Amino acid sequence: MNEAIVLPFWLELLVSTLLLLGSLFALIGAIGLVRLKDFFQRMHPPALASTIGAWCVAAASILYFSVLKQSPVLHAWLIPILLSITVPVTTLLLARAALFRKRTSGEHVPEEVSSGRDRGN
Amino acid sequence: MSRLFPAPLLSVALFVLWLLLNLSVSPGNLLLGAVLGILAPILMAPLRPQHAHVRRPWAIAKLIGRVGLDVIHSNLLVARGVLRAGSTPPRSAFVHIPLDLRDAHGLAALSMITTVVPGTVWSELALDRSVLLLHVFDLEDEKAFIEHFKHTYERPLREIFE
Repeated sequence: MNEAIVLPFWLELLVSTLLLLGSLFALIGAIGLVRLKDFFQRMHPPALASTIGAWCVAAASILYFSVLKQSPVLHAWLIPILLSITVPVTTLLLARAALFRKRTSGEHVPEEVSSGRDRGN
Repeated sequence: MSRLFPAPLLSVALFVLWLLLNLSVSPGNLLLGAVLGILAPILMAPLRPQHAHVRRPWAIAKLIGRVGLDVIHSNLLVARGVLRAGSTPPRSAFVHIPLDLRDAHGLAALSMITTVVPGTVWSELALDRSVLLLHVFDLEDEKAFIEHFKHTYERPLREIFE
């Protein structure tokens, strides 16, 4: 294991580009959370980190370890897949709770859509 | 057969998930994965009264690819909106979308899609499932947005689940 494995330059370049790109999007997401004013607007930027941010890091991990171990190491893809299943749960809860709070405090949000008011059935 | 495997797709998915997480196909892990794949759906069966009928694998693959592209596109738009928020605030708005999709699993998939795509957040669904309240980060044209939404996401989901 002490042997230093020299990775090809193109791989190092590609992996670091992906990592930087993922971090950049996560950073923009964080900036958005700070800069935007409205609660509902602020729900959007964190999705940058949980989608393209996580995708880029997972892709970098797969590339790096697949070349290092000379065989496909694909399990990092599970992270984006599991994220896309779990993130909506908390996002939905947050959105519903915020709507409820803003309605009870009389702020300007749409009324409850309790029935098909746009349609006849 | 159907009592042992109430949800065959789920069983296979859990089995593969277990092997991928452990990165091994040793007999012990194969056994554990099989136990997980068989037991989990049986234990969860009392929790889910409805069975999902999934059809058209090609439509599913196309929809996943489409969502992937939309996520990247929407990421760029939201990132641009955040960076420009000082000079041009994003035109955020709630949109009421009339729905034709009624299947619970299809709606669950739709809610996943809308929350995974950064520019939209699923906010509320009418009790009779006929209207969806969606929060959009930067809305240009409400009519065009609804048209696009129904065409790209709802129609394929209806093909898959209904």
